[in-house]
Amino acid sequence: MRYSQKGMATDPNKNAAEPDILQRFVYLPLIAGWLVPGAGHFLLRKWGRGALLAASILGMFTLGLLMQGKLYGGAQDILDMLGLAGDLGNGLLYLVSRALGLGVDQVQVTTADYGTRFIVVAGLLNVIAAVDAHNLRTGRKS
Amino acid sequence: MFRPSHFAAVVLFALFASVVFGITQRDTPRRMLRYGIYCFVLFVASAVVLSWVMFLIAR
Repeated sequence: MRYSQKGMATDPNKNAAEPDILQRFVYLPLIAGWLVPGAGHFLLRKWGRGALLAASILGMFTLGLLMQGKLYGGAQDILDMLGLAGDLGNGLLYLVSRALGLGVDQVQVTTADYGTRFIVVAGLLNVIAAVDAHNLRTGRKS
Repeated sequence: MFRPSHFAAVVLFALFASVVFGITQRDTPRRMLRYGIYCFVLFVASAVVLSWVMFLIAR
């Protein structure tokens, strides 16, 4: 039986046109994807996937804020801690929103409770997207 | 301020989450689309079924 060596032990995402820093620093798409939704995929020239991921995560985060969702600022109990961990998944979106004073401190209406969940889940989805960009970079996924 | 109904919030949540799940959990565009639709239907259907269950329990 003959085996073709084409494509074996090669990273399909690596090519000569990749920027030098991207070839040297394997975690760049992961970190960029965490800081800015979709940026990890954009770095790897996955424009369509990156745009859809960015639109979904930005949309969810924005709708959460528009619903007057809460941005967790500290961790008084375990639920706050989990909420803060989810919010931090949004990367720069969370930091900039906190700096601008967006989001409410106390949830007072039902839609604000939905909004709080939207913001947390947007962060968790962003972490999944960033890990996906890392998998694309390492060749674990094509 | 944006004030969606509970069902509208469920549909929006399902839409955004399904897009991310579809793209990140499958390899080819066709399989991404199919998995995204599958997740969306499961999200919405399970919310509807659980709502009816809670409605019947509360009666």
